[in-house]
Amino acid sequence: MLRGMTRHVLPLHDPTGDEIKTTTCYMCACRCGIRVHLRGGEVRHIDGNPDHPVNRGVICGKGSAGAMTHRSAARLRGPLKRVGPRGSGEFAPITWEEALATATEWLSAVRRKDPKRLAFFTGRDQSQALTGFWAAQFGTPNFAAHGGFCSVNMAAAGLYTIGGSFWEFGEPDWEHARYFLMFGVAEDHDSNPIKLGLSKLKARGAKIVSVNPVRTGYSAIADEWIGIRPGTDGLFIGALIRELLLADRVDGAFLADYTNAPWLVIEDPGGATDGLFARDEAGRVLARDRARGIIPADTPDLSPVLVGEVTLPDGRRARPVFEKMAARFLSGDYAPEAVAGRTGISPERTRRIARELAAAAFDDPPVLPIAWTDIHGRRHESITGRPVAMHAMRGISAHANGFHTCRALHILQMLLGAVDRPGAWRPKAPFPRPIPPGPGPAGSTVAPDAPIAGNLLGFPQGPEDLLLDAENNPIRIDHAFSWEAPLALHGMMHTVIANAADANPYPIEVLFLFMANMAWNSAMNPQATIEALTRKRADGEYAIPRIIYSDAYLSETVAYADLILPDTTYLERWDCISLLDRPIGSAHGPGDAVRRPVVKPDRDVRPFQEVLIELGARLGLPAFVTEDGSPRYRDYADYIVHHERSPGVGPLAGWRGVDGTKTGKGEPNPDQLRRYIENGCFWRHEWPPEQAWMRFANRAYLAAAKEMGLIGSDAPIVLQIWSEPLAKFRLAALGHGERQPPEHLRARLARHCDPLPFWHEPESSGGLPLSAVTQRPMPMYHSWGTMNPWLRQILADNRLYMHRDTAAALGLQEGEWVEVEGPGGRVRARLATHSGVNRDTVWTWNAIGKRAGAWRLTEDAPEPERGFLLNHAIPEWLPTQEGFRLSNSDPVTGQAAWYDLRVRVTRAGVPGPSPRFEPLREPPLMPPRPPILRAYHGAPRPFASDRA
Amino acid sequence: MTSLPGTTGRKLGLVIDLDTCVGCHACATACKSWNGSGMSGPLSDINPHSAGIEGVWFNRVHSYEAGEGEGSRTVHVPRSCLHCETPDCVTVCPTGASYKRAEDGIVLIDHDICIGCQLCAWACPYGAREFDEPEGVMKKCTLCVDRIYNQAMPAAERVPACVSACPTRARHFGDLGDPESEVSRLVAERGGVALAPELGYAPVNRYLPPRDPRRFDAAPAKDPAPLPSQIQNPLLRWLDRVLSR
Repeated sequence: MLRGMTRHVLPLHDPTGDEIKTTTCYMCACRCGIRVHLRGGEVRHIDGNPDHPVNRGVICGKGSAGAMTHRSAARLRGPLKRVGPRGSGEFAPITWEEALATATEWLSAVRRKDPKRLAFFTGRDQSQALTGFWAAQFGTPNFAAHGGFCSVNMAAAGLYTIGGSFWEFGEPDWEHARYFLMFGVAEDHDSNPIKLGLSKLKARGAKIVSVNPVRTGYSAIADEWIGIRPGTDGLFIGALIRELLLADRVDGAFLADYTNAPWLVIEDPGGATDGLFARDEAGRVLARDRARGIIPADTPDLSPVLVGEVTLPDGRRARPVFEKMAARFLSGDYAPEAVAGRTGISPERTRRIARELAAAAFDDPPVLPIAWTDIHGRRHESITGRPVAMHAMRGISAHANGFHTCRALHILQMLLGAVDRPGAWRPKAPFPRPIPPGPGPAGSTVAPDAPIAGNLLGFPQGPEDLLLDAENNPIRIDHAFSWEAPLALHGMMHTVIANAADANPYPIEVLFLFMANMAWNSAMNPQATIEALTRKRADGEYAIPRIIYSDAYLSETVAYADLILPDTTYLERWDCISLLDRPIGSAHGPGDAVRRPVVKPDRDVRPFQEVLIELGARLGLPAFVTEDGSPRYRDYADYIVHHERSPGVGPLAGWRGVDGTKTGKGEPNPDQLRRYIENGCFWRHEWPPEQAWMRFANRAYLAAAKEMGLIGSDAPIVLQIWSEPLAKFRLAALGHGERQPPEHLRARLARHCDPLPFWHEPESSGGLPLSAVTQRPMPMYHSWGTMNPWLRQILADNRLYMHRDTAAALGLQEGEWVEVEGPGGRVRARLATHSGVNRDTVWTWNAIGKRAGAWRLTEDAPEPERGFLLNHAIPEWLPTQEGFRLSNSDPVTGQAAWYDLRVRVTRAGVPGPSPRFEPLREPPLMPPRPPILRAYHGAPRPFASDRA
Repeated sequence: MTSLPGTTGRKLGLVIDLDTCVGCHACATACKSWNGSGMSGPLSDINPHSAGIEGVWFNRVHSYEAGEGEGSRTVHVPRSCLHCETPDCVTVCPTGASYKRAEDGIVLIDHDICIGCQLCAWACPYGAREFDEPEGVMKKCTLCVDRIYNQAMPAAERVPACVSACPTRARHFGDLGDPESEVSRLVAERGGVALAPELGYAPVNRYLPPRDPRRFDAAPAKDPAPLPSQIQNPLLRWLDRVLSR
């Protein structure tokens, strides 16, 4: 027996490294604070920053693997120019000088001739405050990030209804919620805050209900899983609204005080004002007071009557919003029995959930002893909670009926009085904002060599704000803000390449993409996108003549570009998590953050934002040069500190003013970044208690937010059940007003621009029997992760998941190859069966199937060999129409409707994935693939140290 | 063969809450990050960009489906060394490389004298032992012994990397030999279980089983709502309702 022998001395007290540097994670969009432990100048370990308000020290599976994404062999290593045909992967290395000179030459020619012939689109970009501004300075309206593909239904519905939105822009009050209802929540935004929140709810014994066709991730730990049929959430929500109205379990005082429920809507069928709010001569919206009759709705002591027709002084009739809304949902269309067949949710269950929501909201709610003053001037000594919190994401968003479904969900929240109250869903700062939060989109006039003033992605109030040319055609290449998608607040990236190749409505000279994997998982139809990228005109020139692409990694899209500008990893650059874009605020107060270089690149790469700023200077864009034409900013860090969007307002809100004492607004502070670094790379302000709740109607909050520059006016933000901008679009569709839609879109607009939410069956179903959706695996983020050797060990191929009974009924076996036929094409996949899925739905993990050659994958890797993309089955256009085509998108917002996919699944007969793609040839400069990775960061030391 | 200490002063281990684990793999990658660059490093990965990728992990997360239909649930089970009280992985070791510490019960491997014979892997029914082929030695969870006592780290951070990372706070670390410790109380409260105790190795780690789903008792309203059939027009109720500001 071996006993008591001398053991090696364990290194129990070694420091984690030589140095710890804080920064902001970018393994997904969550923007957690991280600490990078460096040893010998290399990344040794990454963990969560315990002081950071987003993640409070925790870190997810992706974030913990950051070192391997940072060191990936799939990193691009230097600028490249294409020397073979597009898609061939034949590139030659060039210098940065040649790369920037080439880009400048191409771009300046476009700007001189017609700036809109530049289409500049970015992917999961966290620098839209810069990229959008740059595009406007260039003078092209053709800019957006990937929100049109992802989340715009939620953004638009929220911003036009309650002044804030779901996704990462709002959060449940985890401390007080007793009932948490999730709709289609994926595991990617907000990653760690939701995980932390769920554990708090669990610890407190709150009930968690997940409405989702698939029981994975958060749904797996929910107390109740409602495996709804995809795209029918609007019916379920409508039925809940109806049950609450019938049971008289709604917060009447909240509706009367803080929503437009009392506002009078003109009823003048066929008239030019039908559906608009009744207003007095001064333009004040009217309501009916119990004692005084028709008076302005903002009268402080209004005692509103919420039902009943009234006759306005001019003889027109009008009715309160509440009654119109109630009538919509009390109609038989939303009866639990009527919707059960479509949703798959029994009437008993719907009624029980409605009862539970009401009980959680109204019976014994928490009361916080916090005094505050509302916008009517009334002082309250406490604030009463409504501890029902909601959260919703792609399961609602990625459907063509998502905008209205999300609006219905906001109405459900309003009926429960569950907005920004203790226990409820709360907008994160800088929200709530006015409804809608800003002016219409800029870009109606485009002129050579001239910038566009204003925000390219704005907020239309009516037809007058659409971006249409003299012939009523879209001004934007993606057709956003046109009659096809009037509230396309995030643009429509999914239509850009097809429209550009088809010159619809005009040709694009330069397509400039930043980390948008359009030739693969970021397109609804990757094959058609590849065809458009490689299509040639009769004269032999490409239909899209110039393509510039920036990415840090060898994605599937690299091979299709003409000029590659290699970006750094997230640990090698500055970034700005800005209040002008997607900050890190919470319901408790605004915040922003920086990402800073913690290591130097070991390759010939440059941060994209820095390159963009240099291109801006080379092109002479006014905001990027000084009076004498020299570059205004040294680099991105210099821009972050010194750029002012309006006087005193810049990319970062913390430590402004020459001495760093100002918050929100103040002169640029040359020392600002040092202050951020000292504080862990973030800034945060906490609202004092009297400003922290009911902020849309909280006088002190509105004043403080205005003072800080978060909102332009301290006017009350009245939550909008009835949406007048939609009524205006509907009136145009019905023939009123100067701007008129083309005939072929009239009926569609009249139907979908309904001022109240409604449910409709998506157009693209195509008579196929099963719904098909994707889910986000927690250890991967979209297409990111395959370049990371740790993460791809967790998930390297995906299967098509189907309910056991459905598979049995179809005679299909676990593990066999099946043919998935959708309106957009056919995909071959391997089948897996389980119980945690709606019986009429199949699903798979998103973006795990990859193309060989991309991301450094060899041909035999599981990702191309067994993985698949469901995208190939998705139709990018709605069924053929006469003389025109419409994107497979929400008719109001242009949101890509890729969750509307319907499919037929049959036995394949032959194994192996289909469609198959030729492996991409790797560009020059890529290092050899290491056969073995010894993930051994930092200075070497023996793993077993000296013996005692 | 290698002998075990008679008793250990403490029984350090993990308590993992299966009720809140969402299967995010943070514990797995945080572990790989810490240990791959620490005293057990490297944790080799073979074929990192092609077929046959295979690496050394001290912590792996498995997902299972339990039950059928709407009542079924997906359960995520993180798996790592359970630091058993009487593990065969130690006693089968022919060189004495495998050992259990007398002071805290942590099972470790002395890589200097491990010959990579893999007998311990055969002996461990939990699959907790990992053979690092390029290095030619066995490796395993150390319970982050280089963190939990580490005086170079703030006291609050002296927990295993997996515990520190866990975003749902489903992982807890402590002395399971002390009935008064927080982890022991958690185990008592929640009916924590050992993994396959019938095998006789007396695992120290405990798993907290998924709780019964919360029911939300919707107490009847004080004034019971009328049945839908009793309401001719529900909107009429709002006519006389006073909603004054």
